[in-house]
Amino acid sequence: MVGIASCGVYLPRYRMDRAVLYEAVASWLNPAALLPGERTVANWDEDSLTMGVEAARDCLGEEREGIGAVYFATTTPPYAERMNAAILATALDLGEEVKTADFTGSPAAGLRALLSAFEEAREGKRVLVVASDCRRGRAGSLQEAMYGDAAAAVLVGEERLARLEGFHSLSQDFPDYWRVEGEVFTRSWEDRWIREEGYFKFLRLSVQGLLGKHGLEPSRISRVALPPLFPRDHPRLARELGFSPEQVQPSLFEQVGNAGAAHPLLLLAAALEEVEPGGKVVVAGYGAGSDSLLLTVTGKGGGKVRRALARRKELNSYERYLAWREMMPVEKGLRGEEIAPTSLSLSWRERRAILALVGARCRACGVPQYPPQRVCVACGGTDLEPYRFSDRRGRIFSYTEDMLAFSVNRPAIYGIVDFEGGGRFWFDFTDCEAGELRVGAPVRMSFRRKYVDPVRGIVTYFWKAVPEVGDGDQG
Amino acid sequence: MGIKDKVAIVGMGCTRFGERWDAGYEDLIVEAFQEALEDAGMEKEDIEMAWLGTCFEEVFAGKSALPLSVTLKLPFIPVTRVENFCATGSEALRAACYAVASGACEVALALGVEKLKDVGYGGLPEFGAAMGSKNRIIFPNVTAPGAFAMMAVRYFDTYGLSPERGREVLAKISVKSHRNGAKNPKAHLRREIKVEEALGAPIIAWPLGLYDCCGVSDGAAAAIVVRAEKAREYREDPVYVKAMQVATSSGEELLYRWDGCHVETTVRAARRAYQEAGVQDPRRELDLLEVHDCFSITELVTYEDLGISPRGKAAEDVEAGFFELDGEIPCQPDGGLKCFGHPIGASGLRMVYEIYKQLQGKAGPRQLRDPRLGLTHNLGGFPPMSVVSVCLFGLDRG
Repeated sequence: MVGIASCGVYLPRYRMDRAVLYEAVASWLNPAALLPGERTVANWDEDSLTMGVEAARDCLGEEREGIGAVYFATTTPPYAERMNAAILATALDLGEEVKTADFTGSPAAGLRALLSAFEEAREGKRVLVVASDCRRGRAGSLQEAMYGDAAAAVLVGEERLARLEGFHSLSQDFPDYWRVEGEVFTRSWEDRWIREEGYFKFLRLSVQGLLGKHGLEPSRISRVALPPLFPRDHPRLARELGFSPEQVQPSLFEQVGNAGAAHPLLLLAAALEEVEPGGKVVVAGYGAGSDSLLLTVTGKGGGKVRRALARRKELNSYERYLAWREMMPVEKGLRGEEIAPTSLSLSWRERRAILALVGARCRACGVPQYPPQRVCVACGGTDLEPYRFSDRRGRIFSYTEDMLAFSVNRPAIYGIVDFEGGGRFWFDFTDCEAGELRVGAPVRMSFRRKYVDPVRGIVTYFWKAVPEVGDGDQG
Repeated sequence: MGIKDKVAIVGMGCTRFGERWDAGYEDLIVEAFQEALEDAGMEKEDIEMAWLGTCFEEVFAGKSALPLSVTLKLPFIPVTRVENFCATGSEALRAACYAVASGACEVALALGVEKLKDVGYGGLPEFGAAMGSKNRIIFPNVTAPGAFAMMAVRYFDTYGLSPERGREVLAKISVKSHRNGAKNPKAHLRREIKVEEALGAPIIAWPLGLYDCCGVSDGAAAAIVVRAEKAREYREDPVYVKAMQVATSSGEELLYRWDGCHVETTVRAARRAYQEAGVQDPRRELDLLEVHDCFSITELVTYEDLGISPRGKAAEDVEAGFFELDGEIPCQPDGGLKCFGHPIGASGLRMVYEIYKQLQGKAGPRQLRDPRLGLTHNLGGFPPMSVVSVCLFGLDRG
């Protein structure tokens, strides 16, 4: 038998009330299409991969042993060629004997990666599945209001949280949403057609097919997690499938938005935190058909979804959101346009230091240091071992808010971090605003975009410090 | 060990610093060199060896010493370029002095020059390419004001200064330098300012505002040095090198152990310089200072690092007027980096130029009364990752 060992989620800190969006683009909208609630917005230095790394860390904690494969599912992979799952595995410092694969092409990629992981796990492997999406819609489009940025991760293997009972998949080339090579924005066919011919029909087929396979009535299910479409469709779908409102896992559409490939895994994580052991959970996804899976809960998740929802800051500027998503040309200044060459051979050689924040610890005197030193900074010894800083928390030794330095989100906030257990280095600070910091404030490390080299087409990733100074940080 | 009284400066030159839109690096080199040559009463052919100090070659004239030798048409003598961040000018002088002290030559030239104002934006050129591919990935997008601002945050926090109080102390340092700079015809910024003006200026990198930052300037400065025993053959009032020390960070401050409110390389270089020159009590023995006030906070901690003000007490000396032109130890009589300006490669030599003129009694309206011993402090890099030169110059040959 295979099951779910742990789950993790990541929501970016920023939330935009859809009213902010509508106010900015009011005259372009069809009033009939207004949506309630808020959506998550990835910070300017986040993308599907960085959010995926954060969800994976939330899932694994400090656990790194025995993971045989890493699957990364997204419709918004930062790299079209260069395996994103391999960058993710390197950032997690999982070692070299890990099979990596990217799943993409549809929001269905999230659940399909999970189903593949269950099959792989039958051979005794533990598989980490990470689903993440950071989709852009044209200014004023329905997609822009619907989408939310999020990531979720599931470690498939032993049945610590749940046991897989079975699944039912239905694959269709249903052209509801599409985007050809080189395009940034998703196109769609008429929303009424998508709802009636796609969403309702496919989900009915897959959920009823799953229940039929297992001879279960809807009433036997403790919780059903259905994907969101429009707010009123979600309860209608549940009703038509024969579920009562209290059986339905809230869709998070009004807190997060539609998180694409990440959404079913996000709802799965939420359900496993709420359903008592012994209960049965159905998770369904929509896209290129529909997939459903049935789980029996064996343990209790740890409030991660609640914590992610509580960690929030309102983004009240639509223009700032446009700048973050590179949808509006923003003045960079000559300083900001100066791009020094990026060396990929160097990045490869130093991959553990850069992508996994692995420094060194002196075997003689025990002092941790970053970046890895050849000669110990404390005792001069030359026998040093790798030491990972990414999971170490730290405190702000000093900081500044720099108006001269180029940043997409001025001022550039950076400072010096002292790690618990030793080690000190300078880092960019992110997810914070000028005036929020103080000496001694706690920080945790977060995997982010460092810069984009537009000449060579390279997205460079590194770690930044997130000061824990806002709502939900202590959750 | 050391070179105390082995080398003397017999000629110096310094251009007007500022936004020299009119001048290329060749013009700046010629301007500083001609003044130094005339001051020494020498011919170009008397120069046996030369060192060129320049930092940002990518916005200047490229690498190597060729920009100096070709501009001046130096006749196939050995010329070498040196670079050590903002301490570059001091390093050019150190090389020239060591050459003379060692007996390798009789007469050597040190010339520092920087042409910064062809970059296209304010501040120093972006460090991206200068810091190397790996550091560019792992370091924040640091600017000089940002790096030094972090020392101010730390200093305020450590010594219990509120941001308002700390910024006011820093403003007073800048007000003093502006007052001095206004008296200096070669200075970039020649305008007196008030504390309120400094405090009300835009923030560049918190807590540092515009008036906490030095000028970014074009300029050049030069020195001609000879063996001390021959100095009086060139002039009546040569200035003798009493100490010349450099300290370079070990990595300890950046990665391991540092309080964030001092510069260890200054402490180390000063300690060795005082030893070399035989200075027991710098607060009593020094007559004037030219310190590396790239930012007001740097000047504040340097008072302490040089052993002049007690730790955490420099603000008291600032408020008592200790470093004013009419104070006990005038600091930045020429306006400092703050107002004379900061063409990186030239700054170390510009500091020496002021000491040299003051000791000779030729500093015009800002002339001090009978100074005998002056100190230059030239800092390159960021506080915990720095190279610092501390030099002492005297009028009397011991």
